[in-house]
Amino acid sequence: MALLLFFGKLADLAGARKREWPLEGETCSVRDLVGAISREEPDFAAALSAASIRYVVNETMAGIDSAVSDEDEIAFLPPVSGG
Amino acid sequence: MLRVISEFFDPGAELSAFEKRAADAGAIVSFLGKVRGTAGEKTVGTLYLEHFPGVTERSIASIEAEARKRWRIDDSLIVHRVGRLEPGEPIVLVCVASAHRREAFEAADFLMDYLKTEAVFWKKEIRDDGEAWIEPREADYKDVARWKKPMRKEK
Repeated sequence: MALLLFFGKLADLAGARKREWPLEGETCSVRDLVGAISREEPDFAAALSAASIRYVVNETMAGIDSAVSDEDEIAFLPPVSGG
Repeated sequence: MLRVISEFFDPGAELSAFEKRAADAGAIVSFLGKVRGTAGEKTVGTLYLEHFPGVTERSIASIEAEARKRWRIDDSLIVHRVGRLEPGEPIVLVCVASAHRREAFEAADFLMDYLKTEAVFWKKEIRDDGEAWIEPREADYKDVARWKKPMRKEK
């Protein structure tokens, strides 16, 4: 199972901060993963693939075309704001 | 040096300890950010700061490393709160020590602009009339853009 992490407004939309998602042993891209989510939750998937969202795979900055597999932790980061 | 903490901190004690550590520096600049009690016309009850443990610390470390590349800094300290904060509480403290004041002022300014827009935190205002996630304002992005292009005079 891949572990999906949601932060900020995305956690509110997901109703959870983490969720498990089966990738069935296949390596795919973050874009493919969002595509799979969109078949079940189109509105949420649109929020996950907005231009302002950044992706972090196993705590390393990634892009929407980065490869992910069943062992990975994939985090979705909405625009950040500190200070 | 950086610390992300979920408890109240005493900025005076932090600055005092930093001043002792950077005893040889000729200049120390510090900036303290505090939770405002209002957002426009509205009263803010509580601020909630979320972070991504590990990733947040690394995002701050890389901002700090970039400042050290650009200016001759003897030492720096960033303390950033997470969790629930009430109006008036300190949220961020930036201290920079250097030989001369100009570098310390500029580096502290740079660090704050990047902390506002690139450090990995999410901020929610819990107001009388509901909750809202806060994203950087246009002015915050303009502030940080100042450091990303060659310095030139405004037309």
